[in-house]
Amino acid sequence: MTDIDITSKTMDGMGPHGTKVGLLRVLGPAHVWALGVGIVLVGEYMGWNFAVGKGGAYAALIACWFAGILYSCVAMIDSEVTSTVASAGGQYTQAKHIIGPLMAFNVGLYLVFAYTMLEAANAITAGYLFSVVATMSGHATDLDQRPFIILVIMFLAWLNYRGVLATLTFNLVITAIAFLAILILFLSTSGIVGGGIMEHAALFEGHELPYGWIGVLAAMHFGLWYYLGIEGTTQAAEEVRSPARALPFGTLAGIMTLLIAATLTWYVSTGVLPWEFLGDGVNGSVAPLFDTARLSGSTGLVWLLGFGTLFATLASANGCINDASRAWFAMGRDKYLPSWFGAVHPKYRTPYRSIVFLVPIALIFALGAPLDQVITFSILSGLLGYTFMPLNIILFRRKWPLNSIKRGYEHPFHPLPAITLLALCGVTYFAVFLGYGTQLVAMIGFYIVVSLWFHFWRYRFVNRGAQFTMPWPKPQGY
Amino acid sequence: MNLWNFMEYAAWGVSALLGLHMLVDWLKTDSTYSEEVLTSSREGELEALAEEHKG
Repeated sequence: MTDIDITSKTMDGMGPHGTKVGLLRVLGPAHVWALGVGIVLVGEYMGWNFAVGKGGAYAALIACWFAGILYSCVAMIDSEVTSTVASAGGQYTQAKHIIGPLMAFNVGLYLVFAYTMLEAANAITAGYLFSVVATMSGHATDLDQRPFIILVIMFLAWLNYRGVLATLTFNLVITAIAFLAILILFLSTSGIVGGGIMEHAALFEGHELPYGWIGVLAAMHFGLWYYLGIEGTTQAAEEVRSPARALPFGTLAGIMTLLIAATLTWYVSTGVLPWEFLGDGVNGSVAPLFDTARLSGSTGLVWLLGFGTLFATLASANGCINDASRAWFAMGRDKYLPSWFGAVHPKYRTPYRSIVFLVPIALIFALGAPLDQVITFSILSGLLGYTFMPLNIILFRRKWPLNSIKRGYEHPFHPLPAITLLALCGVTYFAVFLGYGTQLVAMIGFYIVVSLWFHFWRYRFVNRGAQFTMPWPKPQGY
Repeated sequence: MNLWNFMEYAAWGVSALLGLHMLVDWLKTDSTYSEEVLTSSREGELEALAEEHKG
């Protein structure tokens, strides 16, 4: 205890291992909720409806609930492991401690690519939303979307650079508004408050499952959209005041929020919009909740859902910058990447070099790549990450059984959630293969190549002893 | 020039200012503090502290 001095001017008070400048522990469960739900909620506002195009409205609902099971497993498994491995890097750090360096390197890259691509996709969407508003307000020529795309990325990167508390408090406010907008839309259009406009029976008649059960399977690819990113809560692990309490609480409250939001979104959109229009997210309904509000005839709802769409997009991009930079920072700190990236800003206490470094990468993808390719790359990276999770929890329970380390949360029915998650990942790989087989194969090829690079070259620089800092007992069997 | 043309220029300008602010602060920070201080963050601080308290 001699090297700990909470009044020290040179140490941060929590650094028994020589940390002079570390990330700041200032977040609570609400910020964790805002990080997870904030990244995801844009998927309710747009994107999920491609599932309707793949298999009809019922297929989208089945995909919504099966993906909901998949992500409930993800949330439970993550809550247990991260409440124990409470460090920046999330699943990367879990993989490092529980499986090994090569898996950790791959998982770290999955995370950075998934979040940076999603950030780019959100910025593209925000630019598009600005152009829609310009057209609606009577702007005669096409709006140049580029300055707005760049502004979104630069503003949110700047916010992240300046401190995590302001960043995630901002996310909390805009995410709460976006979620409330969905609730208000449901209450106003379903007949609970005022007259209802739902026409499910008429709209579904004769189109129950237009492509049969293969359509349901294909819809699973876009079913992920309802929840993609909830696992991002783990990246806040080193910045929450009480990891054992805040991480499980925020993550599990987040998945419950999303299950409600996803089901309500499906209900209101399919009850108003014909499935052929709803299922075409390019030439039909780009933003289904906004389109539903427009058909309600209420100007107030149109404004509310318009702001909801923009806020959901910004919250997602904001959370993605936060998460990608933490994963990149953690890999730098362990020298999986140059240690230069493991720096923390002495005043703002953020991984500032990682935040700035990822800005041009996000800009290149946002300005130079087509939206569907960017999103597909993000989804596939996420899916590879979900496949790692069941293996991770099975090994975690085997190496450190429940009585060996105190967990903040113990997920129930182990190994059932792990097996369910693995099986649903298998189904989703097949669904993705049906639509984006080439990209899937190309991306797996990419990760094999970088794995070889890591194994034969980069691993020699890794801080092999210093990277394992958790005061855990030896794993069973070692 | 209508409102949206003005907004386009404003978005370019604000983006450049934010980028410049980060860049200047980054260079200032890197030149003020040593690399040893900036990269001194270590994983598992809180957990190690809790263990030592138990001990």
